[in-house]
Amino acid sequence: MSTYVEHAHDAHDDHEHHDSGSQTVLGFWFYLMTDCILFATAFAAYAVLYRNVATGVSGKEIFELPYVMGETAALLLSSITYGFAMIAGYKGNKSAVLGWLAVTFACGAVFIGMEVNEFHHLIAEGHGPNVSAFLSSFFGLVGLHGLHVTAGLLWMTVMMIEVAKTGLTGRAMTRLNCLSLFWHFLDIVWICVFTVVYLKGAM
Amino acid sequence: MLLGKLTLDAIPYKEPIIVAALSGAGLLGLVVLALITKFGKWGYLWKEWLTSVDHKKIGVMYIVVAMIMLLRGFADALMMRTQLALATDGHLGVFPPEHYDQIFTAHGVIMIIFMAMPFMTGLMNIVVPLQIGARDVAFPFLNSLSFWLLVSAVILVNLSLGVGNFARTGWVAYPPLSELGFSPDVGVDYYTWALQISGIGTTLTAINFLVTIIKMRAPGMKLMQMPIFTWTCTWANVLIVASFPILTGALAMLSLDRYLDFHFFTAEAGGNAMMYLNLFWAWGHPEVYILVLPAFGIFSEVISTFSGKRLFGHTSMIIASGVISVLGFMVWLHHFFTMGSGADVNAFFGIATMVISVPTGVKLFNWLFTMYRGRIRFTPPVLWTLGFMVTFSIGGMTGVLMAVPGADFVLHNSLFLIAHFHNTIIGGAVFGYLAGFSYWFPKAFGFKLNEKLGKAAFWFWQSGFFFAFIPLYILGFLGMTRRLNHTNNPAWDPWLYLACVGAVLIACGIACQLLQLYVSVRDRKQNMDVTGDPWNGHTLEWSTSSPPPFYNFAVVPHVHDIDAFTDMKEKGVAYKVPQHYAPIHMPSNTATGVYIGGFTTLLGFALIWHIWWLAIVGLVGIIGAMLARAYDNNLDYYVQPDEIESIERAHFEQMGIDVDNYSERDAEKPRRGSRPTTTA
Repeated sequence: MSTYVEHAHDAHDDHEHHDSGSQTVLGFWFYLMTDCILFATAFAAYAVLYRNVATGVSGKEIFELPYVMGETAALLLSSITYGFAMIAGYKGNKSAVLGWLAVTFACGAVFIGMEVNEFHHLIAEGHGPNVSAFLSSFFGLVGLHGLHVTAGLLWMTVMMIEVAKTGLTGRAMTRLNCLSLFWHFLDIVWICVFTVVYLKGAM
Repeated sequence: MLLGKLTLDAIPYKEPIIVAALSGAGLLGLVVLALITKFGKWGYLWKEWLTSVDHKKIGVMYIVVAMIMLLRGFADALMMRTQLALATDGHLGVFPPEHYDQIFTAHGVIMIIFMAMPFMTGLMNIVVPLQIGARDVAFPFLNSLSFWLLVSAVILVNLSLGVGNFARTGWVAYPPLSELGFSPDVGVDYYTWALQISGIGTTLTAINFLVTIIKMRAPGMKLMQMPIFTWTCTWANVLIVASFPILTGALAMLSLDRYLDFHFFTAEAGGNAMMYLNLFWAWGHPEVYILVLPAFGIFSEVISTFSGKRLFGHTSMIIASGVISVLGFMVWLHHFFTMGSGADVNAFFGIATMVISVPTGVKLFNWLFTMYRGRIRFTPPVLWTLGFMVTFSIGGMTGVLMAVPGADFVLHNSLFLIAHFHNTIIGGAVFGYLAGFSYWFPKAFGFKLNEKLGKAAFWFWQSGFFFAFIPLYILGFLGMTRRLNHTNNPAWDPWLYLACVGAVLIACGIACQLLQLYVSVRDRKQNMDVTGDPWNGHTLEWSTSSPPPFYNFAVVPHVHDIDAFTDMKEKGVAYKVPQHYAPIHMPSNTATGVYIGGFTTLLGFALIWHIWWLAIVGLVGIIGAMLARAYDNNLDYYVQPDEIESIERAHFEQMGIDVDNYSERDAEKPRRGSRPTTTA
């Protein structure tokens, strides 16, 4: 009898809902895997369609590698600075977290700004997504990544407000951790985009 | 501008059949609303059900939605069979093509996405946390949100009946037919947005249950000791996580084509329609295993319980399910051998398809060996299981037949295919859910279903199934293709009439089930399940009361074996009265899921009709509600020991255990209503 009750006591703590940081992070990992497959779908579509330029341009004619290199540098830099924000978070240094998040946000905003600018130019010059299957899949894939980064920037804004108002609570750290995973994940996806779309396309 | 593409012409008030269907449904809805108002149940419904984050209640609501959609989808089926029985020898029947095409599209979409999926999800919700000894799922609010996203999608699909129209493309919506050029109205948009919304809900559910299963098992329960239903649901959830994003991607591309003039799948500007087929079935084939694997788990639980034996080959069952899951991702091309990808590619996919019958065969033999020398009790769940074994075997064999690319070139898009997949999905998935429904009904509601009507329902379904679908196999061989709305071949007529008779027999089966629900609720006092263990079950869900308290387990059980509850009964610790209780931490109910579902419905409707301002309202509402939830500090509470004690005392007293004069020996006594253990 007694063993039964004692076990029940420790068991009780295993099932707490408020102590769910590790559960949340694991769940977020699974979400990222679904997102990964969504990107894989977009990559597959691009791989199938990139030769189908119809009457439009090919990648070689429109990709400007130095410009995209700048974009890429901004995004990769933002990953490092986010890492610094997390280190500051583990040390409990609230103002450093806010500072590094602001730097990360700025880098991300530069990336998105440059991407929007690129899209704008392409469309203005008559290379919009409605010209050919190649351009559709290009705008689809790169745009999907851009939408994710934009969502990440919105989330980062919310987190900066949360940290500024309530400090580095356990809840805030769990969320910063998830955003960290999300942000680095987008970086990795971008490296694939850069390689498969731009590098390969410009060659 | 204010209403986008929406005009008065979108309301089909000139079509008598639709007007009759709508007014019937509307009247029924009004009666329900009036009854709720009359009995003053709105507050109860809102507080106890709609805003609940309790996995058992969410599961029940899923199944309610599934049953309503079963009626709707079956009404479509009856209309099709009637039309085809009337429209022979050159007659045109009742439904013009543009209406008939919507009926078969709606039938497919509803039965797969809005009947089978919610039924499966509902059973999983009710049972899985109980089977692993957990008090809830990992993310209770997310669970409620998943459900309300499904409801939002269901509302959109049903709205298409009265506002605008539904897709006329078949449930697969292949381009270029589903592109703007050939389907210029809103039908395909209803289809894409309904599937997107419910798909997000399904993905969230899968993530939720994977985390639950990994992180929240009762202490001592190793992965390989998990009950088989939990295992098959785990595999299904892995499949959902890996396949649903592909559907999301494919439908998003189709929408980009339709809304922003992209060229993913169009016939012009280099688009590739066959890419849609590949992407669609890269989701679609795993999807059928998502539906059928949990059903396999149900059959395993049922046959083990009612044979009074441990499941034969528990480990091999887990591995076979895993093999089916992996292979399920390697066979998608068999849905379009006729694409012409060449003999080598077709041969690969043909052989991969046939290989699936090996792990499936392993399962079938495991069930047979479980029954071997068991003392089988022929309850309705067992009848469904036996019916499944026969029916599904036939479906499996016709599947292997069609996996031969040469044969498939002849049978592709014929009624043989229709017969085959109904054979596996009805005979496999639906029979499984219905077995699970009657098996776990007492757990969810505390009383058993009427056995006589349950058996009658089974026999109507089983015989109706053969009458409805064996003729379709023959019609397939006779050359009749799918999606015809009238025929002109006297040789087909008798089989079309027979198939219609089959549909009527299944209708009798469904009527029996509705009657069964009514009779069982009326006579519930005679069929109470006071012990919580009406079938002498093997797994942990039977160790708690029926219906379980909202916290599931007053004391979290320790697991030492497969069939944890049988183990507890054999050791005589199944009905121990704990000396004292610890506080239990539980999530609070929240209406946020309902609100987000509402805003999502607005967003979907606005996107379908190009009402852009409303779309912004919907999107901002969703984000606002999510933020409000993220910063809500009122998420959980503790149940105090005295409340637990009084709930548990009532349960023990119901079983005839005197809590105050309790001695160790009492725990070993067979309880009122429970049979002696016969586990081999």
